Amino acid sequence: METTYNFKEVMNKPDRLAPGHRMCAGCGGTIAVRTVLRALHEGDKAVIGNATGCLEVSSFMYPYTAYEDSYIHNAFENAGATLSGVETAYNVLKKKGKIKENYKFITFGGDGGTYDIGFQSLSGAMERGHDMVYVCYDNGAYMNTGTQRSSATPHFADTTTTPAGKVSNGKVQVRKDLAAIIAEHHVPYVGQTTYIGNFKDIYTKAEKAIYTPGSAFLNVMSPCPRGWGYDPSELMTICKLAVETCYWPMFEVIDGKWVLSYAPKNKLPIEEFLRPQRRFKHLFKKGNEELLVAFQAEIDKRWEELCNRCE
Amino acid sequence: MAIRERLSGNEAVAYAIKQINPDVMPAFPITPSTEIPQYVATYIANGEIDTEFIHVESEHSAMSATIGASAAGARALTATSSCGMALMWEELYVAASDRLPIVLALVNRALTGPININADHSDSMGARDTGWIQIYAESNQEVYDNFLQAFPIAEHKDVKLPVMICQDGFITSHGVENILLVEDELAKEFVGEYEPEHYLLNPRETMAVGPYAVSNYYMETKRAQREAMINAKKVILEMAEKFEKMTGRKYGFFEEYRMEDAEYAIVIIGSAAGTCKAAIEKIRQETGKKVGLIKIRVFRPFPEEELAEALSKVKAVAIMDRSEMFSATSGPLGAEVRAALFQAKSQAEVVNYFYGLGGRDITVDDFEEIYNNLEEMAQTHVVKDMYKYIGLRER
Repeated sequence: METTYNFKEVMNKPDRLAPGHRMCAGCGGTIAVRTVLRALHEGDKAVIGNATGCLEVSSFMYPYTAYEDSYIHNAFENAGATLSGVETAYNVLKKKGKIKENYKFITFGGDGGTYDIGFQSLSGAMERGHDMVYVCYDNGAYMNTGTQRSSATPHFADTTTTPAGKVSNGKVQVRKDLAAIIAEHHVPYVGQTTYIGNFKDIYTKAEKAIYTPGSAFLNVMSPCPRGWGYDPSELMTICKLAVETCYWPMFEVIDGKWVLSYAPKNKLPIEEFLRPQRRFKHLFKKGNEELLVAFQAEIDKRWEELCNRCE
Repeated sequence: MAIRERLSGNEAVAYAIKQINPDVMPAFPITPSTEIPQYVATYIANGEIDTEFIHVESEHSAMSATIGASAAGARALTATSSCGMALMWEELYVAASDRLPIVLALVNRALTGPININADHSDSMGARDTGWIQIYAESNQEVYDNFLQAFPIAEHKDVKLPVMICQDGFITSHGVENILLVEDELAKEFVGEYEPEHYLLNPRETMAVGPYAVSNYYMETKRAQREAMINAKKVILEMAEKFEKMTGRKYGFFEEYRMEDAEYAIVIIGSAAGTCKAAIEKIRQETGKKVGLIKIRVFRPFPEEELAEALSKVKAVAIMDRSEMFSATSGPLGAEVRAALFQAKSQAEVVNYFYGLGGRDITVDDFEEIYNNLEEMAQTHVVKDMYKYIGLRER
């Protein structure tokens, strides 16, 4: 399904997330929604699902919805199961001749609703193979409730439930690798991406995810200016540094085959990604050098594992 | 002609599902309701129905997927018991507030602590405030008949609320009884085609379900749910009348058994009513004492005025609860019936019994003891304990 990517053409497609929602300036989550929905082909209808989170409370505040398509929010932990029900209803109604139109099913959840509380529901939906895409907009903490730690929060991050303090260096554990876990469900498509350059990577992955029959999972790093502590104008720089340091590798798993989407020519030291963010400020205090070494070692280990998988 | 069969309560519900041929059934195994999805899966495996089964990984997901399917425009249902319903808790509220006409086949079972798989109403009684219509059955025949009436009530334009069809675990769910089944064509015609007004997959309009509503709007949604519950009273009776025309079997909010001249009444829910009826016949035959029974069929909406009216001539009432609510006073049925009697300025003496928790048997002898106690209360005007146990081991 290799399609040529024309930035101007793609950006001129009608937005399926209307302006006027209440998400923050510099929020990565909204960009995930707009970009993924742009990958829907014109004429195809969609039902959009959503786990409870920033996105839901800011984009469907009664009586206003920002979605041009039909949309369902149910609760925090069940976006996978809810869309399973919608997709199954579609199959029956289509079989019975009650619907003729083509519908696609895409659901969005933050990392809290996806890695943690919604993990079981997501795993069930992926295992059953519903023809749907689950998009995680991963901002690495429970941002809607005020930056509490999730299993997607990076090592040492200063969050409101893992605050850096006199005897604490922030989050004790390393991140859960959810994209790999979902790939182990043997679904036909898994993609990990973020916002790079002209958005070709996320757009083409979204299109593949939507138009590959069966369950697909997209993990999109979606920076949060409030939780991470960066200037909203720096969003694209933060994303670029995440990729160039190999903190956030971009890859696909297509029918079990791992494909690296991008390998930096010169892998930057992890400090480049960590330094601009308030949540890692304590790592740069004198005496904490070994924390940076530990962080770098984990990045190197995971990058090597990924490269081995992609061979 | 009605079809004569011998079925368990679970088989009867599954048979009703087969006749209805609903669109989507997500379900998760749990004793004692699990036979219902098993039978449905077998109908599907043999090509007898068009229903799509979703093999969800939990009851929370069962109700979540049922909500998704129903919002999408499908006729959707699930089945569960006990802890399965407890895991759905959050979703019960979502289903009701989204105004989705979902049907849940609930096979009543005690809630855990200690784990117990037998009949008890703690699961559905705990869910009494979730916004679901609740209809209970004494027998396999009743649960079958109630199930056929469930979707027409739920989907009625003035209602649009989810409906829980309850029966007692093992006692009716696994007990095989003679049953009269409605012919397929009549059953299908009674239930009708589902034509939702607004739904996610309507190609002519988009729809958004499940908003965030701040205090400016939340209260009105709750008021609207209340209105639907009020309307449900009218619709439940309409459907019962329509059902009676088809089958000759009469239903209402509750059944009044030997109440025409009753001085002492028991109010009960579910299968134990059968034992109570046997006790009533025995007592009336042996002593001539005027004893009667009110068996609640519809607990939500609660037929408060109608109950008070039905109890207006009795001298003493025993309200029977098959679940605790640990208020250290009444059980759930006890509290609500007492309130109804108080509002109607009833002079009857009232006692609230706990019975049958975790599947403990209640016998004809037990009911005789209760009626004796009612007689004593009426004569002495002394209610020794307002909250009593029957069948509890003393040591």
